[in-house]
Amino acid sequence: MQNFEQYNSIITTGVYGSAIALILIGLYAVLIKKHLIKIVIGLSIIDAGVHLLFVAIGYIKGGTAPIFSPGNEDAVNKMVDPVPQALVLTAIVIGFAVTAVALSLVIRLYKHHNTARIDQIKSLKW
Amino acid sequence: MKKVLVLVLLVIVGYFLTDTFNLIPFGENRIGNPQDEQTVAGYYLNNTVEKTSVANTVTAIVVNYRGFDTLGEVTVLFLATTGLGSILFRRKEDEEEIERINKPSSSLMQTGSRVLFPLIALLGIYVFIHGHLTPGGGFQGGAIIATGFLLMLISYKNFKAGHTMLNWVESLAGITFVSIGLWGLLTGGTFLENVLPAGELNNLISGGVIPIIYIAVGFKVAAELTGVLDILLNIKPKK
Amino acid sequence: MITYVVIFSILAVLLVASALYAVIQKDLLAAVISTGVVSLILSVFFYLMQAPDVALTEAAIGIALTTIIFVITIRNTSRNEDETVDNNLEKF
Repeated sequence: MQNFEQYNSIITTGVYGSAIALILIGLYAVLIKKHLIKIVIGLSIIDAGVHLLFVAIGYIKGGTAPIFSPGNEDAVNKMVDPVPQALVLTAIVIGFAVTAVALSLVIRLYKHHNTARIDQIKSLKW
Repeated sequence: MKKVLVLVLLVIVGYFLTDTFNLIPFGENRIGNPQDEQTVAGYYLNNTVEKTSVANTVTAIVVNYRGFDTLGEVTVLFLATTGLGSILFRRKEDEEEIERINKPSSSLMQTGSRVLFPLIALLGIYVFIHGHLTPGGGFQGGAIIATGFLLMLISYKNFKAGHTMLNWVESLAGITFVSIGLWGLLTGGTFLENVLPAGELNNLISGGVIPIIYIAVGFKVAAELTGVLDILLNIKPKK
Repeated sequence: MITYVVIFSILAVLLVASALYAVIQKDLLAAVISTGVVSLILSVFFYLMQAPDVALTEAAIGIALTTIIFVITIRNTSRNEDETVDNNLEKF
């Protein structure tokens, strides 16, 4: 039983730690990097970290997926939280739409200035 | 200097995130006993089978309990497609110069994608028709179908996705979604009320309006994502 | 239980490593593929945390479609992050 507690702390560190690490790495890329595609990559990495945090909050130890199948209608007591999963489902699709619009702006900027680095774009109008 | 500031900011953000999530133990049961219906999740888990007869609780939440949210989401996706088209507009006279792919693909790629395309489309349709029984649904199925169209777009030079067709599919699917919602408003009292009989759990025809809405969402998402890929692939190349 | 923990730890390390590689790599095409790897491992995580719906969405949208729109953007802009050498992606 003591072993179990130890393992659980490893998994907790793994999931929360990697989610927070993803958010911080993405934030670093957004703040430091000069190339616009790198900035969009940073945004999508932040997205990934937030999705991981959401699903991790809804997880229940030893739970099952929130899907009923014949014969296990009484499994309702062991099911993981379905609400964060539904929210993340929405968030992933919206994240794709945001990425697509951001990348189209990058392409448009590149056509006007012939560069996608924000430190080389001199004029403000485009 | 800037790097130091950013690192300080990252340390602060990281500290507060870690501090917050220390208060939320991983894997703990926060729903309580679903039968008590003390929490939102408990209510959904306890009532989904009885009231909507849908096996997949996530589908019931996305399409029925939070159906209005999903309507907003497909609207955002539609606006993203429209915005993409207007940001990357092209003039009529440029139309002839557009080359999606410079070299024609190898015949292996062409034959392979022609064989795979119907199978991928079939998988996508399976995923969104069975959205209320198994994992999956309109968003996943639509994305899978868009992947199939992508394969055709990059391997055939003269394969056209047909914007008129895409617009029609998208509009009809959106109209279906909204009119089912209005039907619920007129007969049941609230928008997106589940007016059809719920049927039996784990049958293909069950769950009232939920499968119909998810199929409409599937077609809409497939048309929108294909439109995004088509616009992006048809950009006029640099000289 | 021990296998589960080992798999989980390896995946977590790989997740953070590929995210770091995506940020520090100068070749943008490699960085984009690395972002796809982040999505792939994330979808395995979702599956292990009993969220098959989310895993399927992440697999279809995060791995396939997001990667391809990044690749299309790189084809239309520059491949090198510094833009000092003009090694554009050969037109495909």
